[in-house]
Amino acid sequence: MTATEIIATLDAECGSKIKDKKTDAIDPFIVVEPANLVAVCTTLRDHPKLRFESLNCISGVDYLEPDPKKVAKAGFEPHVEVVYHLCSISLRHRFVVKVLLPRWKDDKPGELPEVPSLVEIWPAADWHEREVFDLTGVMFGGHPGLYRILLADDWVGHPLRKDYEFPLEYHGIRGR
Amino acid sequence: MGMLEGRFDENFFVTTIEQGIAWARESSMWPMTFGLACCAIEMMAVGGPRYDLDRFGAGAFRATPRQADLMVVAGTVNMKMASRVRRLYNQMPDPKFVIAMGACTCGGGPYYKYGYNVVKGVDLVVPVDVYIPGCPPRPEALMEGIMRIQDKVRGMRYLTKGQAIDLPIPARTGYIQLPPELDDADPVKALEKQIAWAKMNKEKATPTKA
Repeated sequence: MTATEIIATLDAECGSKIKDKKTDAIDPFIVVEPANLVAVCTTLRDHPKLRFESLNCISGVDYLEPDPKKVAKAGFEPHVEVVYHLCSISLRHRFVVKVLLPRWKDDKPGELPEVPSLVEIWPAADWHEREVFDLTGVMFGGHPGLYRILLADDWVGHPLRKDYEFPLEYHGIRGR
Repeated sequence: MGMLEGRFDENFFVTTIEQGIAWARESSMWPMTFGLACCAIEMMAVGGPRYDLDRFGAGAFRATPRQADLMVVAGTVNMKMASRVRRLYNQMPDPKFVIAMGACTCGGGPYYKYGYNVVKGVDLVVPVDVYIPGCPPRPEALMEGIMRIQDKVRGMRYLTKGQAIDLPIPARTGYIQLPPELDDADPVKALEKQIAWAKMNKEKATPTKA
């Protein structure tokens, strides 16, 4: 099934929930509001023509140009994206779902933006969501145990944010 | 006793007890099995048959710090691991030695600038005796490092009549065979030659302005 057909099938099922779509990209994708993510993903998994059994990976991407001189040319507004790569093993096709989020919830620095967790749909999402939370700083609402997976539990900040400041000192060890 | 035959008159030789203890100690350095990253592969190669660390008495890798004399920190130490490295070091019995193996443990290596989670040198966590640079170092380099630790053990004073034991100082910087044009029977003259050679090379390396 090609990406155009997948999007057409999805449009027929829950067309109102798809915010944006792009079919001519190398990995064709749709953009979904965080509130509709669980409904769309359930359709993607359970629809007999789609049957996305497998969640390959979740990526957190921070879109921010830290250099003020290059902001005008950057071509994007500062935001955070969460990208879900799906594939269907039985029907042999793949698809991408993206969720666009503000960098901080309600534009208050330090308040992490929130997405509903997909652990109920794909159990593989568990550790991927923990990693995205750990490094990119995205809150996954409804996750059974959302704590840091790679860094130490008392670490401050989310290192893959573009405006992350390296720690000067961690438990008496010089950081930089 | 084929190797020793005919070397000693009347089959005895004289030594001091201190030298005897040092010889026994340096010939049984027990390293701790402690690989953190890719350098551990080279450390395993050193323990294997091709390089055979047992020839120098340091092949008995122990899986517990309580039986080990030597900690080879082989690989990147990150902030989460640092407290564990420190705890393992504290559990080792005295006298204990630490080798920082590889660029990451010497000073952060490739992670120095952008590695937010990497300790910039394991000497910020535990005292280090010998640094072995390289990414990763050749097995020969690790063996050289272990031999420098053995030099250090040989230079330690054990029998001090109740006085505090001196901090171990390295007996020598290393057995380096110099090329004949830089070597001299007189060590002072040899040093002068080497300094002159280093100066000459430094001048040679300075780029001339076009």
